Formats: sequence, C-alpha cells, structure tokens
Amino acid sequence: MALLEVEGLTMEFGGLRAVDSVDFQVHEGEILSIIGPNGAGKTTVFNVLTGIYHPTRGEIVFRGQRLNDLKPHHITALGIARTFQNIRLFREMSVWENVVVGAHTRLKSGFFSSIFKGPATRREERAARERAYKHLEFVGLKGLETTKARQLPYGAQRRLEIARALAAEPRLLLLDEPAAGMNAGETEELMSLIRKLKEQNITVLLIEHDMRMVMDISERIVVLDHGRKIAEGTPAEVRRHEAVIAAYLGASARAGG
Amino acid sequence: MLDWADGLLRSFINSYYYGVLVSIGINIILTLSLNLVVGFTGQLHLGHAAFMAVGAYTAGLLATKAGVGFWGAVLAAGLLAAVAGVIVGLPTLRLRGDYLAIATLGFGEILRITLLNLDITGGPFGLRGIPRQTNLPIVILAVLFTYLVLRSLVNSRMGRALIAIREDEVAAQTMGIDTTRLKVTSFTVAAFFAGIAGALFAYWFRYLNPSSFGFMISIELLAMVVFGGLGNLLGSVVGASVMTYLPELLRTVAPAIAERRLVFYGALLVIIMILRPNGLLGTSSEQGWLEIWLARRRSRTAQGSAASSQVPPASTGGAGHGPA
Repeated sequence: MALLEVEGLTMEFGGLRAVDSVDFQVHEGEILSIIGPNGAGKTTVFNVLTGIYHPTRGEIVFRGQRLNDLKPHHITALGIARTFQNIRLFREMSVWENVVVGAHTRLKSGFFSSIFKGPATRREERAARERAYKHLEFVGLKGLETTKARQLPYGAQRRLEIARALAAEPRLLLLDEPAAGMNAGETEELMSLIRKLKEQNITVLLIEHDMRMVMDISERIVVLDHGRKIAEGTPAEVRRHEAVIAAYLGASARAGG
Repeated sequence: MLDWADGLLRSFINSYYYGVLVSIGINIILTLSLNLVVGFTGQLHLGHAAFMAVGAYTAGLLATKAGVGFWGAVLAAGLLAAVAGVIVGLPTLRLRGDYLAIATLGFGEILRITLLNLDITGGPFGLRGIPRQTNLPIVILAVLFTYLVLRSLVNSRMGRALIAIREDEVAAQTMGIDTTRLKVTSFTVAAFFAGIAGALFAYWFRYLNPSSFGFMISIELLAMVVFGGLGNLLGSVVGASVMTYLPELLRTVAPAIAERRLVFYGALLVIIMILRPNGLLGTSSEQGWLEIWLARRRSRTAQGSAASSQVPPASTGGAGHGPA
C-alpha cells in the first residue's frame, strides 16, 4: 500500500480552481518530484497535504488515515513535515531553537511541567537539544547552533528548514523548491543530503524547478499544468512526454519540432 | 501578613516612597504579564486593564460582601480573571493584528461600562470599604513569583512555541503547534497575573472605581512593555518602574509636565523607538532607522569619490534611451 494516496484532489479559491482532480501516490521510501510551470498548483498541493487548506473535493489518505479535515498540527504529529518555498524560519530564535520547535509534537512537557521543571522535563529538554544538534550536524550546520536564524546565509537557511522539518521525525518529508536560489555547488550538496534522507528511510516528495536536479534524483515524477496532472512516470518517460514538452516550451515548440 | 518584614521595610522607607513602590510592584506584574501576550506571543492586546478590573472587583466584592480572607480573595481574583481570559481569548485570538487589537479594546470598554452600571459594584460611586491588607513584602513576593513563573515559562517547550507563533504563525502550525490553543493559554496566564495585580490593587487603595481600569490604563501598560522591550522580561521590570516613578518625580520637580503625563509618555516612546527600536533592554541587534540612516550617511561621505565616478555611465545610459 502506498504511504500517501491522493485521489481526485480539487482545491478551489472562489472561482479559481488551483488544483483540479489530481491523483497520485507516494510509495514508501521513494523520491517523488512534482514539477510544472509557475502557477501549476504545486505549492497548493503541499498546502492541502499539510492542512493549511482543506480540499474542496477529493481524498488524501496517509498511512490509512484520512487527512482532509485535520489541522496542520495533527498532520505533523502523524508524520508529515515540510519546508517552505519562501523560507519561513523563526528568525529571532537561535538555530538550535528552530530545530527544537520542529520537535514540538515529539516532546511531552505540558503547561505545568513547563513552569515547574521537574527532573523528567529537564531530561527531555536536554535530550531534545542534543537531538537538535545531531540534526544540524546531519544537514551540515555544525558550529552554527547558537547563531540567530536570520543571520545565516541563504543556503544555510534552506538547510536549517530541512533540519527543523527532520526534528518532527516525519515519515514523509515535503520539500518545496529546496534548491531555489542555490548555486551549482550548493545544489550538489543538497542532492547528496536528500539521498542521505532516503537512506534514513524518509520518503521525500519534492517540488523543484532545477531540471538537472529533478531528473537526476527523482525515481518518479508527477507533472502538473494549470492544476491538472498531465503526466507521470520515470524521469526518462516524462522527458519524452509530449504534453510535458508542450507545457514547458509552449505548443508552438511541438508544432515546430 | 508578613508584618515583621513590613515593619522592617517601613523603618527605612518613608510612607510616600512606600506607596510609590507598591504601585511600581503592581505595575510590574501587569507589565510582565502583558509582555507574555504582546512581546512573546506577538498578539496585540489592548484590554489588559480589564483583566486587572476583574481581579480587583472579585477581590473587593469577596472582601466586602462575602468576608473572604486576603489570600483566598487574591487567588479567586487570579482564577476568575483567567476564566475571563479563556472566554475572551477563544473567539478573539482567531483574529489577527488590528482585528485582535480592536476586539480586546472592545472587551475592555464593555467591562468598564458594565462595572459602571451594576449595583453590586457601586456603579460610578465605586466600591468602598475594602481593608488595606496589601503591603510591600506581599507585593515583592508577588512580583518575584510572577517573574520566576514567566521566566520559566518562556524558556520551555511552551515558551518556544509562543515565540514561534510570534515569528511565523503558519510555520509554527506546520511544525505541529496548536496555535489557537497556545495563544489562548498565553492570554489566560497573562489574565491570571493581571487578576492578582488587580486584587493587590484593591487591597491597597481600598476603593475601586471603573475609571481606574479604562482604555488609557491598558495603553499605559502597553507603553511600559514597549519602553522596556518587547519579549524581554527584565525590560518590563525596568519599563514599569521607570514609567511609574517618573510621573511621581515630575509631580514634585515639574508639575506642569506631570499634568500632561500622556503627552510626555508619547514623546518618550517616540524617542525610544528612534534610539532603541527594540525597547530599553531590547536584545535584538536589528537596527533602528536612525542607525541605518547614520550608517548610510557615513558610507556616503566615505565613498563620495567612488560614487561620483559611477554617475557618468548611468547618465549616458539614460540619455541613450531619450528621444534624440
């Protein structure tokens, strides 16, 4: 059974249909990319999957559980975490605190134990900080733990978003254009990081515009255009797909070729 | 209560400064608790005086009509204010920014007008006959208690979640934080302490009048929070102390200014916002516009010659697009 099943997903904003009857499945342990021209509805799919929007129609099932009406924090607790296209870090917090906030659903201390910190709470805090440091080392931010998030360079901020998402201990990680604004070297590092995630048994759903990266790293690709799914398959299949070529280069390119 | 400590303090503080210190202490509790909502959680709350009023009238009524003892009344005041916090917070904290500010402001006015029109509260004549049982040692203990609880709270899983909400609410909920619930919790905790402060106020001044809890009081408290530093607890202690004592000082030194206290507050806030945009004790290194402007001026004079050499190519480029 698939880890995530999306069936007939439709998202309307007033009269605008941003996502139109989209079906796809994400299998355990794979790297699946969603590509498509700007405005194709990719980020809207992410926002629906994470509960920021509730779908107009369709079904979203994650590990046998329907997500349609759940709130974002419930979905995170079930094991889906994400990063944002336009970086959304907690800018005034330190790097390690950003990561510990990511672990919010995995920590127990409640209201009174937050105030009157008993030994159990203190142990939990210490362990959480240690795990945060490990996540930071994993994404290559070792030594920057106590820096404020806003003081990090751009590429490091993107990696911090990944570390923060990892702290939620997700089964499925949604990465929204993680390579945006990165140079070739940084993109290369990012790709090896995503491969390491796969080794850790984390399933990755990726939105990306960098075609070299998408073709290199994805096992399967779903192509959206104007909110509809126009193709699905391996990188090689998608690359040859007529509708995809038309969507990216315009219909005239197909006529000319 | 704590009479021995009170006797000790009274032996070296004259009664005028004793009263000023009690006022400062009560304002510190109010400012600290308001800072939790405004500074840490990032929710603009303009009705904090109303929670103080709930506490003050609860304690005042319990003391005068029900014969409840001091500690019981203070605790009840805090708890009832907290309940008011939940009732007001649940619907309003779904609102953001300006809308939340207007809703909390409205709540404060509704409560004030209600107190003005009820019989049991004495309406516009106020509530009299509350025994004076607040003293300086009790206020100091209450300040310490508030400070330690809030400091512990903001340095915890819950406190981090509150700050995360302030920084980016969408990211916070995506990281698994139940933002509505935590905002209401923050509001409730703040209301609890405001209620305690109100009870201490009632047992100190012995007379309550709805006009003591109006909109301007909420604004003054907000000014104290901003003056000291949003999201800085020690800043709230300093902000409340300075802004409570200064008008007292001015009353003797320059009574003309003391009468125009609010003008003076406004000017003080403008100056603080220019020189230290994060408050007196603001820790953030984010620059204020004055610093940015000064830095720009400095770099402009330093790069004066370099800048002039860059002007010609730009102007020829502009001419190239002209109609010639």
